[in-house]
Amino acid sequence: MRFDPTDSPPLLQARGLVFARNEETIFGPLDFALHRGEIVLMEGDNGSGKTSLLKVLSGLLEPSAGEVLLEGAPLTLARLSHQVALLGHLLGLKLELDALANLRFAIGLGGIKPGITPQLALASVGLEGFERLPLRTLSAGQKKRVALARLLLVPAALWLLDEPYANLDRSGIELVNRLLDHHARAGGAALITSHGAYAYTSGTPRRIALHRGVGAAA
Amino acid sequence: MKPGTLGAACRAVLARDLSLVWRRRGDALNPLLFALIVIALFPFALGPDLPMLERIAAGTIFVALLLAMQLSLDTLFRSDLDDGSLEQLVVSPHPLAVLLFCKIAIHWLTTALPLLLIAPLAGQLLHLPDAVLPVLLAALALATPLLSLIGAVCVALTMGMRRSGMLLTLLVLPLIVPALIFGAGACNAAQAGLPYVAPLLWLGAWLVMALVLAPLAAAAALKISLT
Repeated sequence: MRFDPTDSPPLLQARGLVFARNEETIFGPLDFALHRGEIVLMEGDNGSGKTSLLKVLSGLLEPSAGEVLLEGAPLTLARLSHQVALLGHLLGLKLELDALANLRFAIGLGGIKPGITPQLALASVGLEGFERLPLRTLSAGQKKRVALARLLLVPAALWLLDEPYANLDRSGIELVNRLLDHHARAGGAALITSHGAYAYTSGTPRRIALHRGVGAAA
Repeated sequence: MKPGTLGAACRAVLARDLSLVWRRRGDALNPLLFALIVIALFPFALGPDLPMLERIAAGTIFVALLLAMQLSLDTLFRSDLDDGSLEQLVVSPHPLAVLLFCKIAIHWLTTALPLLLIAPLAGQLLHLPDAVLPVLLAALALATPLLSLIGAVCVALTMGMRRSGMLLTLLVLPLIVPALIFGAGACNAAQAGLPYVAPLLWLGAWLVMALVLAPLAAAAALKISLT
């Protein structure tokens, strides 16, 4: 079942969002809304502020102006509701520990969706049989897959993914697209950044273009 | 415990940090060896003059143990910052201060507690009078968590910089001097047959204050250093 994208209030809304560092505007002002069931692709060159935008949206950075609303509530309060999962450049995984231990930590921190186990999540990202190996022994793409398995487990409705396609092979890219489709169909939403080399290919996602200093919402 | 609750999050942090320390147990032993070597070298350098060793024993053990603990401070949040775990802690729905408190607790358990356990042996090496040992242990039990907590705030403050080791030392040392004065002071008083409870109570009061305030300060400082 597709969720009606016009459901209100939107899952994520940015109003006049500006982020500046040392008096220099990195992006904005930016206005956009993200509804349940939507995948939005954010495109921009290196240094156009994509990562900063994701950090602002997840509450890691304070916007210089404007506000972020999660289901109509200011971000700081809504953050307490297990709504946001962030996958950044740094995966947040401990290389000394195995995949299962890393996922158990993520579950303890963020909770778990009903009807899924870490083993199932690892199997669905193609890492069956790698559960007990220290992540140090896995390739960069496989580590990324462990991080994707984390997204499958935690109950967050909003995924903020920074370059989810980096380090992944062709089947990995398809895997990301499949996970995103599934997430959108289940009523979730995702904001993905990409520098354009690989992108979300199924359907025609909404795109937001970021250029240094200005932000244009499409 | 239900996943996603604060209790489960704390347990997850405790379990993960404990197993990480276990994986790096060679590194974890470093402060212990450092303290033992420093304490063992003193009699060699100063000669086997028993009355003098007796006089300096408590203070020397105190200094050696506090410095040994400081060796491991820099790594408290470093690997979490480098691999992105810290971002995950911050965006998690739980209060960062509580999660940091768990991390600090593990730091104390894995560095200070082993040091406390070797304190009796260190006392023997320096000919510490047996009657003073309980006072020394009590003072260390109060002063070492204080160092973990104050150290965590300083580590969080210097986290934004690469190579912050030097600055960290400069920040932490003045802040732990009072703990050293009162802790070693209690031992010296006990050794001289004077009342020693008051300095211990002072240490206890500071510890209570640090237990409440330090995690909050560390959380605020870490959020700043992430930007």
